[in-house]
Amino acid sequence: MAVAHEGGAFDLARNRAAGLSSSLAHFLRRYPLGAAGAAIVLAIVLMALLADWITVFDPTATDAHASLARPGGAHPLGADFMGRDMWSRIAFGARISLAVGVGATSLGCIIGVSIGLLSGYFGGWLDLLAQRFMDMLQALPLLVMALVMSAALGPSLENVILAISIPLVPTVARVIRSNTLMLREMPFVEAARAVGMNEISIALRHVLPNTLAPLIVLATAQLGSAILVEAALSFLGLGIPEPYPSWGRMLSESAAEYVRTAPWLVIYPGLAISLAVFGTNLLGDALRDIFDPRLRL
Amino acid sequence: MATYLIRRLLLMVLTLFGISVLIFVLLRIVPGNIADILFDAAGMVSAAEKLKLEAELGLDKPIVVQYVDWIGGLARGDFGYTYVSERPALEEILPRIPVTAKLAALAVMFSVLLGVPLGVVSAVRQNTALDYVLRVASLSGLSLPSFWLGLLILMAFVQYAGWIPIYTEKPARLWDELALLSIPAAAAGLRSSALVMRLTRSSMLEVLRQDYVRTARAKGASPAAVNYDHALRNAMLPIITIIGIEAAFLVGGLIVTETVFNIPGVARFLVEAIRWRDYPVVQNLVMFIAIIVVSVNFLVDMAYAVLDPRIRYEE
Repeated sequence: MAVAHEGGAFDLARNRAAGLSSSLAHFLRRYPLGAAGAAIVLAIVLMALLADWITVFDPTATDAHASLARPGGAHPLGADFMGRDMWSRIAFGARISLAVGVGATSLGCIIGVSIGLLSGYFGGWLDLLAQRFMDMLQALPLLVMALVMSAALGPSLENVILAISIPLVPTVARVIRSNTLMLREMPFVEAARAVGMNEISIALRHVLPNTLAPLIVLATAQLGSAILVEAALSFLGLGIPEPYPSWGRMLSESAAEYVRTAPWLVIYPGLAISLAVFGTNLLGDALRDIFDPRLRL
Repeated sequence: MATYLIRRLLLMVLTLFGISVLIFVLLRIVPGNIADILFDAAGMVSAAEKLKLEAELGLDKPIVVQYVDWIGGLARGDFGYTYVSERPALEEILPRIPVTAKLAALAVMFSVLLGVPLGVVSAVRQNTALDYVLRVASLSGLSLPSFWLGLLILMAFVQYAGWIPIYTEKPARLWDELALLSIPAAAAGLRSSALVMRLTRSSMLEVLRQDYVRTARAKGASPAAVNYDHALRNAMLPIITIIGIEAAFLVGGLIVTETVFNIPGVARFLVEAIRWRDYPVVQNLVMFIAIIVVSVNFLVDMAYAVLDPRIRYEE
């Protein structure tokens, strides 16, 4: 696995030397779907960053006259019951989705990597304990775990990030652990030990950097799940609280009743969630092919 | 085999014990005690009532005693009391189980019937246009939130049929009920089918790379015989584990789907209990879900061990 990813990294490095534009062209040709995913993700990141400039209305400003306004005119994507502009809410909603997605994924990866590295490198009772703990976390479905944690912690942006990050930990910990187990036996680790490096330095300086490739692949996949779980939590009314515009909560407010009367309130937020997740999934698949062809799903 | 079975069984009990402690602790870091919350949620007023409630819930006892009481109660089938409807929780939960069970069975059926054949085709035709289309389709399936898919289905019903399926009243005949439930089952099952398809494809590709497949090709067996007789039969085993993975995956889908379609099932009851902040009921329901998921995984492991003689039980 290390060999495969080193090969990939060398390819990329060689391309980088040949110039950024040719490496981009290579990526586009080799992984058209991944490129499409990267473009979607980039578009959503730009939407989040530029939300202040690309919208006219404040996403939380209500306007009785615009209540349930149809798409078109001043409100290109229509307005909700309280007359809030849908386009503004979707653009600013990208910030929430990305903040929760990136926040929960990073936190989950940091915890997962620490556990995986410790239990894989040092083994013994620590490993046994960590593995049983991961079993436990994995036995509860992602959404149920996040629901319970979010209910216990109370609704706030930080708590939602925490609630979503914990169920992401076991997958990361497992992958990092199995990688560490393999790396631990590698000649370069033995060499480091032979020259008298201490175990913690070896784990951090020689093993950890080599788990980076699978970690990037996993993190991209987890980002999609995190965005979906945030949407589901908010849809169920247990996610991001008012006044943040969250794509998931926009659907819960509009849900079944607007299916008849104001379909645009249902279509656009769902489209935004699906596109964001689809983009990260496409990108994740391409990254998996580049870095680690053997890591599946 | 027997030692393997016992070891797995012990591990399962250990996992469930851990989960029970985890849930128990998690629901006790809630700010304020459960009686306070129930007190507000159920609209009780007098202080005497609150004290009575605290005693009834055993909140005056030490935490370890509370835990033991809870587990003991669960073992006796005591699911607690829902303070919102003022009935024992079990009375609320039991009639909801068949609905959710039928919905889950239909969703699994949908995901397997759609996901397995498409996954096999995709693997057999690897790197063709068809494989590309199917892979993009499965990836988009995984990207759709099931609650949005449910809403879109409802929208299509409004648009083309002029009516919306209603689930609060159960149809008299089983077939009618199943037909009605197959609509939300498709919404919940589509994401699972995408997952099943991806897993089937990779499991099939793995098998197609094996030596015995090459041997079969070399001795001149027809592509159909190689693909379906040699490869698929061996790829079926990993597909069984997929059902285990799917079990946990599906629960999330059921929770949102029952909410969207307003189906009176167990999964929606969990959401309602959380909304009412009815924590004793939440605690029991989450435990119930954990038991089901862990048991399904255990059964899958057992089926796998029985069906695949290559698995070594010692180690």
